[in-house]
Amino acid sequence: MPKDGIGASTKRREDIRFLTGRGRYTDDINLPHQAHVHFLRADVAHARINGIDTAMAAGMPGVIRIFTAADFAGVGGLPCGWQVTDREGQPMQEPKHPVLAEGKIRHVGEIVAAVVAETLEQARDAAEAIALDLEDLPAVIDMKAACEAGAVKVHDDLSSNLCYSWGFVEDNREAVDQAIAEAAHVTTLELVNNRLVANPMEPRVALGDYAFHDDSSTLYTTSQNPHVIRLLMGAFVLGIPEHKLRVVAPDVGGGFGTKIFHYAEEAFVTFAAKELKQPVKWTSTRSEAFISDAHGRDHVTKVELALDADNNFTALRCLTYANMGAYLSTFAPSVPTWLHGTLLAGNYRTPLIYTNVRAVFTNTVPVDAYRGAGRPEATFQLERVVDKAARELGVDPAELRRQNFIRKDQFPYATPVAVEYDTGDYEATLDTCLGLADYAGFAARAEASRARGKLRGIGLSHYIEACGIAPSNLVGQLGARAGLYESATVRVNATGGIVVMTGSHSHGQGHETSFPQVVADMIGIDASQVEIVHGDTANTPMGMGTYGSRSIAVGGSAMVRATEKIIAKAKKIAGHMLEASDEDIELKEGRFTVAGTDKSLAWGDVTLAAYVPHNYPLDQIEPGLEETAFYDPANFTYPSGCYICEVEVDPGTGKVEVCSFTAADDFGNIINPMIVEGQVQGGIGQGIGQALLEHCRYDADGQLLSASYMDYAMPRASDVPNIAVDHSCQTPCTHNPLGVKGCGEAGAIGSPPAVVNAVIDALERAGKPVAHIDMPLSPARVWAAMNS
Amino acid sequence: MYNFDFVKPATVDEALAALAEEDALPLSGGQTLIPAMKQRLNAPSRLVSLLGIDALKGVCPGEGGVTIGGATAHAVVAREAAAVYPALAALAGGIGDPAVRNRGTIGGSLANNDPAACYPAAVLASGAVIVTDRREIAADSFFQGMFTTDLEEGEIITAVKFPIPEAAHYLKFEQPASRFALTGVVVAKFAEGVRVAVTGASEDGVFRWSEAEAALSDSFRPEALEGLSVPAEGMISDLHGSGAYRAHLVKVLTGRAVQAC
Amino acid sequence: MKITMTVNGRPCSGEVEGRTLLVQFLRDIQGLTGTHVGCDTSQCGACTVHVDGRQVKSCTMFAAEAEGAEVTTIEGMANADGSLSVIQQAFQDHHGLQCGFCTPGMVMAAAALLKDNPRPSEAEVRAHLEGNLCRCTGYHNIVKAILAASGQAVAVAAE
Repeated sequence: MPKDGIGASTKRREDIRFLTGRGRYTDDINLPHQAHVHFLRADVAHARINGIDTAMAAGMPGVIRIFTAADFAGVGGLPCGWQVTDREGQPMQEPKHPVLAEGKIRHVGEIVAAVVAETLEQARDAAEAIALDLEDLPAVIDMKAACEAGAVKVHDDLSSNLCYSWGFVEDNREAVDQAIAEAAHVTTLELVNNRLVANPMEPRVALGDYAFHDDSSTLYTTSQNPHVIRLLMGAFVLGIPEHKLRVVAPDVGGGFGTKIFHYAEEAFVTFAAKELKQPVKWTSTRSEAFISDAHGRDHVTKVELALDADNNFTALRCLTYANMGAYLSTFAPSVPTWLHGTLLAGNYRTPLIYTNVRAVFTNTVPVDAYRGAGRPEATFQLERVVDKAARELGVDPAELRRQNFIRKDQFPYATPVAVEYDTGDYEATLDTCLGLADYAGFAARAEASRARGKLRGIGLSHYIEACGIAPSNLVGQLGARAGLYESATVRVNATGGIVVMTGSHSHGQGHETSFPQVVADMIGIDASQVEIVHGDTANTPMGMGTYGSRSIAVGGSAMVRATEKIIAKAKKIAGHMLEASDEDIELKEGRFTVAGTDKSLAWGDVTLAAYVPHNYPLDQIEPGLEETAFYDPANFTYPSGCYICEVEVDPGTGKVEVCSFTAADDFGNIINPMIVEGQVQGGIGQGIGQALLEHCRYDADGQLLSASYMDYAMPRASDVPNIAVDHSCQTPCTHNPLGVKGCGEAGAIGSPPAVVNAVIDALERAGKPVAHIDMPLSPARVWAAMNS
Repeated sequence: MYNFDFVKPATVDEALAALAEEDALPLSGGQTLIPAMKQRLNAPSRLVSLLGIDALKGVCPGEGGVTIGGATAHAVVAREAAAVYPALAALAGGIGDPAVRNRGTIGGSLANNDPAACYPAAVLASGAVIVTDRREIAADSFFQGMFTTDLEEGEIITAVKFPIPEAAHYLKFEQPASRFALTGVVVAKFAEGVRVAVTGASEDGVFRWSEAEAALSDSFRPEALEGLSVPAEGMISDLHGSGAYRAHLVKVLTGRAVQAC
Repeated sequence: MKITMTVNGRPCSGEVEGRTLLVQFLRDIQGLTGTHVGCDTSQCGACTVHVDGRQVKSCTMFAAEAEGAEVTTIEGMANADGSLSVIQQAFQDHHGLQCGFCTPGMVMAAAALLKDNPRPSEAEVRAHLEGNLCRCTGYHNIVKAILAASGQAVAVAAE
């Protein structure tokens, strides 16, 4: 292995610019003659717009133009990228999602008018002078109430507030009902998966530019997937062909899902820049982010787990209400369905599973993917109900899981929810984690806590996720309106240095460091000779971007395929130069050798020949050394793992402190262990946030109560413990060339149930048994539960 | 935010003159005022910075007490009052975060009288005296409900005079998001009796829990609180906790503060 | 009004309004875009800089208040030869950053801590970061990096 090849904890090269203040984030970009837009956003959740009077505002200092929906008459709505088919075989109800509110306001934060002015403060001043004539309507906030007959409708042109009622697997429904009716024991749990705001530390920014000389538009935006934005915005919203539209996502300060989607602000600045023939910039404040970034989670679920007399799981039945918000965000319909229902087998052999998911429109900000997207919701209900079953049956939660695990010798394993797990070894991760967390030694620690007046508990969860999104043929059948391949172009320069242009996008994942490790390893050169280019549609091949823990599994595989093509061609050139058959050429440690001889050439000799083809088989191969590959995965990847959390509860206040957190993950092969560990720790930090702190809450009128960091509790350094991570259990993925599974979401998926299970355990051990507490387990909620 | 004139006088008299303009506001650390102005919730015509006035700064121990200049930053109090009034220094060292503590001032905090701020509890429990450019105000008459004080328009807090208790302790139970006090209690034991001040909990802002004061003055032990309870009525109820929860916390924190004294 | 201050050792002046925030002066007028804005309620700490040697949130201070002050931003934290300072190097060595957006504020907060408290405990480090939010790292590696920068032994990042 060369230095900094696959498996090395290479330090990140991108850190140098970030640590010295020389990153280039979207808000750092300013263009000559740039104007600023301030969006006048709705401060009520539901109202009919009877009039917008912009006359006074339009005459105010610095105002260039004020836009309302009327200016967007020829512009399409923001498209939804996934169509779900309901239980009756009908397509979901899909309302128009206008760039600016049309006719009605449907959530607090929706854009009603946009003021473009020379300075931002001038735009804000003018926005205050816009007079709105609104007719207030009752807000629809609670999902179950929204589904009742006669409920006020969010969209007048739809038949109801139900986007779809999805059944999965519909053919199993009666068998599941029967199995539950006949079960020796049924554990039932009703729970809420709390609504969250992703909160990447960089708020969204969009800067539109228009070049008169070639009639082209450029959008600089904080996106996880610039090509997707170009396709959606160009083809569906603004009608700009891709060759006239460039989308650049430079350094992006975290995404976590919420920067996947195509947003109104992106379409607006691109449209306005072309209209006004000058750049138009929008920088979100954090306050705006809370009411305009797509939110996450927000499920209300009832789950029932049936067991036979020997504690084997026999059936699982789930009913979930999933909040869509007021409009369908880009991938919203897929989250509670295909990214959720397909994971309900978890790590277990449960033979019969049925879920009904009801997606509901409400007068709230659209809800879409947030780190894990559907899989955390599946994991949470499953790992909570299994834990509750263990308590009801008086068995060790770890052992009940072990008993029902899919065994190591059962892979590949087809679940009753349509997916086939290729590999796994769940007992290995369970036992590793039990050992690292000293599960057996818990009693002594609990006693020490008790002596300090604290209630100690231990909780575990064992998760699985489907990552490496996704096989295009499959997701096409499931309603995806996009392919989910990834691409890479590998350009070898004459002197041997390499540039990889990837459709993946790094917004913290460290691709600039880890991707070169793979190429360097394959060729046997130093990783410093490989550079990654990403984030600009003008100089990368069409790719689908970064989310769903897909970058190394799908984007990395595309890069491997392109590099394989490079190596094959380079061997041909070397074969010619060494007067040998290319089948006899070996590439090792950056040298081409004729097998069994000492005849060899350096990597740079061959790359130079490719571009200076003097002694070159021009009749057989083209000069140059540049290859592109598109990789479409054959299956999802299935990372899994065990998480164990220990907490102390203060009985006087209900405050929960996380004392320790241990993770044992199986990610298959690993490119850069340092980066993998960082991803897991970060995901667990967010999971602890969901479990204990974070809650996006609306009041009955649709006003957002948690609309800033004053009321939305972000995890801070003192809320998170040291996080012990292990990735020694490795069952490589069988269907991608690197054997990798992906690690970006695991932490956020597996951790919330471990934390909640630990608190429930602490209360039970203290003689205050509580069946369930909904997240976040705030001090007030825990105290109330203990004293109810 | 709306624009304004910025002035930074060097003396209190200059500051008072500058504040005479209509809609002029004093600016101390600005850690509350500036975020509010970003939301366009305030529209002062002029901000008069008090941080250039040396006479308003400093921690001065004196006969039986310590005097803190109105424009003294929390971080300075945390450092310089530690020897004379450790509980006060600890309270100041727990306000906000390190950056906020380098800018925010005691005068600004008291004039704002946020119902969840820490300083009002210290001032009230200590029976401190608020000194302004024109008079001295006893703590018991200074605080007049949420965001309301006895200060007149244009009146500047120049100093706060704290008597030093025999023992004192502050416990802040943080609101999980803002990290202001969801409920905070200062217990201060003086020769003439115990004072207990509560912040974060009441719809009327900082208050004294007189039943606890009486009980603790008789017997300065946590057990003295047994049988006492704080009514939930009038307590703040919001997404972070009910009035009943806050009322419960008042008692728990008072007991623990006594224990820690 | 015209204001003058020293930024990273160099005299800087510019025309500002009363309402111009220090962070706007640094980013928009001086072009020092390493200092970031992540919230508008003075909580995230991405805008942390040093004014006269003390850490402050440059989004919660008017530029005019820094008249005559010595200001240090992330751009002024590297060694004179351009190499990473001890704190910056520790962040790289211990993978204390991912997306990099909170990082300038974290480095400035860490530098202020270590100046006053050269060998902080882990709890002191975590407490000191009260006003700096990170959404990527779970703080684990940031805390480790700061402890390492203080010269205390910590386990290195994954080998």
